[in-house]
Amino acid sequence: MTDTAITAPVVGRSLWGDAWARLKANKAAMFSLFYLIAMSVVCIVGPYFVPHQYTTIYADYVRTPPSFSAYPKPEMIETAMNDAVRRMRVDVKEWRQEDERVFITVTSAKPLDARNIRYLDRSDTFDNAKLESTSADGLSAVMSATIKQQYFFFGTDNTGRDLLSRTLMAGRISLAIGLLAGIVAVVIGVVYGATAGFMGGKTDEVMMRIVDVLYSLPFIFFVIMLVVFFGRNFVLMFLAVGAVLWLDMARIVRGQALSIRRQEYVQAAEALGVRSRGIVQRHVIPNLLGPVVIYMTLLVPQVIILESFLSFLGLGVQEPMTSWGVLISAGAKNIGTANWLLLFPAFFLVSTLFALNFIGDGLRDALDPKDR
Amino acid sequence: MAGETILSVKDLRVRFRTLDGAVEAVKGINLHVDAGETVAVVGESGSGKSQTMMAAMSLLASNGEATGAVDYRGKNLLTLGKSELNKVRGRKISMIFQEPMTSLDPLYTIGNQLMEPIRRHRGLDAKAARAEALRLLELVKIPDPERRLKSYPHEMSGGQRQRVMIAMALANDPDILIADEPTTALDVTIQAQILMLLAELQRKLGMAIVFITHDLGIVRRFADRVYVMRSGEVVEEGKADELFANPQHDYTKMLLAAEPTGRKAAPPDNAPILLDGRNVEVEFKIGGGFLAGPPMLLKAVDHISVALKRGQTIGIVGESGSGKSTLGRALLRLLPSEGSIHFGGQDLSKADKSEMRPLRRELQLVFQDPFGSLSPRMTVGQIITEGLLVHEPSLSGKERDARAVEALREVGLDPAARNRYPHEFSGGQRQRIAIARAMILKPKVVVLDEPTSALDRSVQKQIVELLRKLQADHDLSYLFISHDLAVVRAMSDYIIVMKQGKIVEEGPTEAIFGDPRETYTKTLMAAAIDETKFRQSA
Repeated sequence: MTDTAITAPVVGRSLWGDAWARLKANKAAMFSLFYLIAMSVVCIVGPYFVPHQYTTIYADYVRTPPSFSAYPKPEMIETAMNDAVRRMRVDVKEWRQEDERVFITVTSAKPLDARNIRYLDRSDTFDNAKLESTSADGLSAVMSATIKQQYFFFGTDNTGRDLLSRTLMAGRISLAIGLLAGIVAVVIGVVYGATAGFMGGKTDEVMMRIVDVLYSLPFIFFVIMLVVFFGRNFVLMFLAVGAVLWLDMARIVRGQALSIRRQEYVQAAEALGVRSRGIVQRHVIPNLLGPVVIYMTLLVPQVIILESFLSFLGLGVQEPMTSWGVLISAGAKNIGTANWLLLFPAFFLVSTLFALNFIGDGLRDALDPKDR
Repeated sequence: MAGETILSVKDLRVRFRTLDGAVEAVKGINLHVDAGETVAVVGESGSGKSQTMMAAMSLLASNGEATGAVDYRGKNLLTLGKSELNKVRGRKISMIFQEPMTSLDPLYTIGNQLMEPIRRHRGLDAKAARAEALRLLELVKIPDPERRLKSYPHEMSGGQRQRVMIAMALANDPDILIADEPTTALDVTIQAQILMLLAELQRKLGMAIVFITHDLGIVRRFADRVYVMRSGEVVEEGKADELFANPQHDYTKMLLAAEPTGRKAAPPDNAPILLDGRNVEVEFKIGGGFLAGPPMLLKAVDHISVALKRGQTIGIVGESGSGKSTLGRALLRLLPSEGSIHFGGQDLSKADKSEMRPLRRELQLVFQDPFGSLSPRMTVGQIITEGLLVHEPSLSGKERDARAVEALREVGLDPAARNRYPHEFSGGQRQRIAIARAMILKPKVVVLDEPTSALDRSVQKQIVELLRKLQADHDLSYLFISHDLAVVRAMSDYIIVMKQGKIVEEGPTEAIFGDPRETYTKTLMAAAIDETKFRQSA
């Protein structure tokens, strides 16, 4: 019997280490984890590399479908040119394209103003407009301009804004709300639930009845009240969503704390004379972190969906700022004419939620003590 | 009756895939069971004795696989399809488990659970199945079987539940009954009754019994042949009588000698009384509430007086539910109680939590379950120094670490263990850690609440020796709570026998063991120490 001989390495593997090893063996969860990290990085860094600002309106490119080739397409050049020329209040006599430049010969009943070429520059399609030559009578002129190459990989929306940059910006907002509101809910929920569960008795009763009362308030009503009183604002979203979702967390944590309180190691700590705070800190909270982590990964998608729902109803973030929910809501209205407005944001949202759920499932398997 | 071999296990290997690679739990064992005989498979925890039988019944966990052959009357059970297997499993070979609390489904009545397998396997109609169920309950001697058919498992005691499990196992008239530690979770007196019942049923029905146990006392009284297993291998086999009379392998000898030995001398008569409880009384409220009317009162501890001298060990003996643990906790003021408790002249009975806090370091407690009493998220070092954070807050981290090293050495553990986590240790090592946690504070009184009952015999012996050494070194007083009379006898110089919250008998150890006066004490002794056979060898 080797009861006293210990031959294993000096530094032990904690339960967290164990769980991590188990999680690493779970392919779906690990893939989801990398996907989620990649998604966050893309949403945070991506907007700096996309050539379009998420607020820039391209009047020439309203609702252009997504494409890997550059805009404008050949047939769009004439429309854009006619548009610009019409603003000059002159007529097109003829036009031709040489490589990157268009050459336009215009005529007018009145003498032409050289400043008219700025209408070409103002167009989203053209750039570097030049007045090549003016006829002697000043009634006709040749103008030239380069065609601006624009890429809209995800297409543009109803007002001509680039959907790619908008989707990434929306991702920032949705993920941030998911994470922050998730943290708000977890912090309130853990502290509240652990206190109720550990104190037990009358305190527990009163605290949990308060939770019950809050549960019975309709969520939407609560949010509308907040919006009415404080106006629409980003921080408010965190508070509203977090303030509602901590209720579930508090219940879960309370249940855990109740069972941990009856564990022998808590009794042992009591027998050592450890104060309640020390017990909650050293014994109760570390031991209920497992379920909390699991619940948090399942809470984040819930928050994102709630935010989307609020935005869908028009109670969420304000234009020109956007979130996946806002984009999907806009996309849903244009599903017949411009389905990409729905498809891209929906894909981003759904794949993120999938990834989060897979991670949550993986964590539950990895941390479930019954598995050990 | 004996003779024909009906079950033979050949070169059976069981391996489990784990994150740290494959673990071989059973390493190529051979054993056989003849018709009508009783075979015991003995070994300590982790020896692979249960996994052998689980593999034979194809009940391994999903990450386990078995190779080799398990032949039952010419069929290899390992290669049978599920439907083929079910013709044997539960019908010709049936099993009873250790935990009668969890093996029965709490949502169905006993009758339902008994009748289902009868109807499934034999195709009887409801009425015939009911009659059969009744017959089985009578067979296992459950009082008032007619009424019990309608009972739910939670309405029955552990012993009765185990009887029901046996009845279920017998329902299809099996050839072989595999009993996996069937009495371990039961009180000694109940244990004896169940074993007697099994012996009698075997005589009546003539099936073979495979008895898996760690308890050699049972084997000696019960088995014809014995296989001794250690770490997945059979180290010795033979006829029970021969094996006990003349063990060959060192491991078997060690197991046989593992009964805790030695006696504890009484402290000098003039030793001062450290902990003095008079007329201690603990009541629990059961039920009651706003609409449920007044709660029922249960007197868990009923007017008990205990006077613990310095250097003394008082053994408190009793079955589960006798209130012995409650008494121990009440004396440490971990439970509210009536009556007076004095510690070193100081009155504790009115002390509240904060007044008790400085005294906690002198009054320590060691728990039964070495798995539950250590927080799984803390390192061993953090666990054993937690008390120092409370009682010597001025110590620096380094000094605490030095104290941890000292405490671990004292309980016979490698101090390098303090950075590891409890789940990396065996049961005996964990119990040492729990003892180190109590000892680091240099207490005067330690309540030991069944500190050895979750451990293997050989480990028990080591823990008993450790506790005695610590007592001698530090002049400690123990309150030793246990249902295991052999351990109590080795540990204590004074014994209190409890039953239903009351003291039945008390006195010096030798007096109690030499001349037990009360019937209850006699029953306890007989159940624990008697060596007469339950059955004659076939």
